[in-house]
Amino acid sequence: MTYNHHKDHSAAAAEFLVNKERVQWHDDALWFVRSKRDKAAFALPEWEGLRTQASAIKDHTLSCLDEYLQQFEQNAARNGIHIHWALDAQEHNDIVYSILARHGARKIVKSKSMLTEECHLNDHLEQKGIEVVDTDLGERIVQLNDEPPSHIVLPAIHIKKEEVGAIFHKHLGTEAGASDPQYLTNAAREHLRQKFLTADIAITGVNFAVAETGSIVVCTNEGNADLGVHLAKVHIACMGIEKIIPRTEHLGVFLRLLARSATGQAITTYSSHFQRPAAGSEMHVVIVDNGRTTQLGREAFRNSLKCIRCGACLNTCPVYRRSGGHSYHNAVAGPIGAILAPNLDMKKNADLPFASTLCGSCTDVCPVKIDIHDQLYQWRQVLVQEGYVATGKKAGMKVMAAILSSPGRFSMAGKLARKMLKWFPRLAMNGKLNPWGRQRELPEVPAESFREWYKREHGK
Amino acid sequence: MSREKILEAIKKNKPAPKELPEVIGFASTYTNLTITFAESIRKAGGELITVQDMTSIPARIRQALPGMQRIADLVNESPDTYRHLLNDPASLEVVVLKGRLAVAENGAIWLHESDCVNRVYPFITQHLVLIVEQHTLVGNMHEAYVIMGNMMNSYGVFIAGPSKTADIEQSLVIGAHGARSLLVFLVGPGV
Repeated sequence: MTYNHHKDHSAAAAEFLVNKERVQWHDDALWFVRSKRDKAAFALPEWEGLRTQASAIKDHTLSCLDEYLQQFEQNAARNGIHIHWALDAQEHNDIVYSILARHGARKIVKSKSMLTEECHLNDHLEQKGIEVVDTDLGERIVQLNDEPPSHIVLPAIHIKKEEVGAIFHKHLGTEAGASDPQYLTNAAREHLRQKFLTADIAITGVNFAVAETGSIVVCTNEGNADLGVHLAKVHIACMGIEKIIPRTEHLGVFLRLLARSATGQAITTYSSHFQRPAAGSEMHVVIVDNGRTTQLGREAFRNSLKCIRCGACLNTCPVYRRSGGHSYHNAVAGPIGAILAPNLDMKKNADLPFASTLCGSCTDVCPVKIDIHDQLYQWRQVLVQEGYVATGKKAGMKVMAAILSSPGRFSMAGKLARKMLKWFPRLAMNGKLNPWGRQRELPEVPAESFREWYKREHGK
Repeated sequence: MSREKILEAIKKNKPAPKELPEVIGFASTYTNLTITFAESIRKAGGELITVQDMTSIPARIRQALPGMQRIADLVNESPDTYRHLLNDPASLEVVVLKGRLAVAENGAIWLHESDCVNRVYPFITQHLVLIVEQHTLVGNMHEAYVIMGNMMNSYGVFIAGPSKTADIEQSLVIGAHGARSLLVFLVGPGV
């Protein structure tokens, strides 16, 4: 279930790109979701106003985050919810395990939580002999296939229905060769019903935690979070510190944005508000830092903590769509993952901010107005300065900087390039020297530059 | 302790204070809430039937969901009537509950803990029937939270349509883990 860290993004992407038909299929599937998002967003005349409000609420919250976390803690405790604090992934996993151990729990059902992916909770619990069943259909598919999710909202977006059929045939005993989504979903429903009915403890993520009431909100389309929680005697909800919002009324803004941005739905099927454990049961919330306070201190990157995990930036990203989620070797893939990951480990994730064309589409669709492509650009500066970037890329950038910073040198370089390319047309696109040239050809070289043409046509 | 360390680190690293926006949300401008609500239910994969009053509902349910035996109508009858059924919630075929308010813009119906009777009923039943009174319709989520804000003190859920998934090749499948269908009765003299 862990990622292959030996391959950087471009090497992993190159492998993904070998099967052209599959790349096109992946690209189209995500663009379809992006198109649905556009339709849903444009249907609301106040869409941009909602984004502005959401962004401002999150900015304010980050500026008083310590106060809101304490307010949340107080109110939740008053409602009978147990609150735990974890500095890092290890402590988070230890806390969850200690709750399971206290109850002698052996069977766990878990709804979608990117935080528990980030902390590798499943591995930790399985090593201790505990059965953890991911109950979101997409997450169950990748879990059975022994691989991590490739997308934060659509975990199995990289898998074809025939392959799901083969996975279910092997693990759930469905008919060989079956690939009908209705049939396969129904098989998973029957299989997971048994898991829900026999689980000791349910683990969920948290979409929003409301400070003024001490309640948490969990959104699903399948109903898997609620089925798990209501049938188990203990509910453990795991959240990053950035999930806090100040007031109940703010939910109106975020719930209008979340599903529209994620899948183009007006709202998820279920938006569940947990404020108090049910009679006779127990509820825990684990509040996790794991590098988030460090990111809060990085002025250029703290905006990334506003993220509500809708996945819109993944769906729109031309690099994500054509390289696949696994090429990002991080729990959160895509543009937002590429600005969160280097904060966790600069060395391991130095390649990710370069996995972007900086086209800015991610920033355009972000419901909380995170300046994603600017942050990707800024991470590149930081990673070069800190010495985490390969020397070839660094040397090339130095030459480019020298040329682009002087008009004289720029004009001279242009002239030279036009001559050289006429004589040696494949030189600039030699795949060994320039990876961009591997699948590309240059247009024909013009005889003169725009400046030369302008001077000639318009005199001085 | 980790709690103190986290709070200390936030204090040290957080940006300068920023104000909350003075106005939150937008007033809705839907001219006919019933029509908008009906359209939203349809888009969310549910079915909507309008009725003048509650009397015809039990018959309409049997008509819409033929062959169902294990029906618990928790709106018109007391839960005691269904003791034998409710002891084994996993066997429930149809559960009838009443929503407290509903949102025209997205078809979301709000149920408070007491409206669910038991938190698991709306999720574990094979088919869900929700009754909504027309006068409880609001335009959008902002308007809903103004009304609901103080009604929440234990558990509550917005339900918009039947359980669904598109996790296999983006093909929409109705009936993932929760209810396989949602039937909404909108009740009001003018509907």
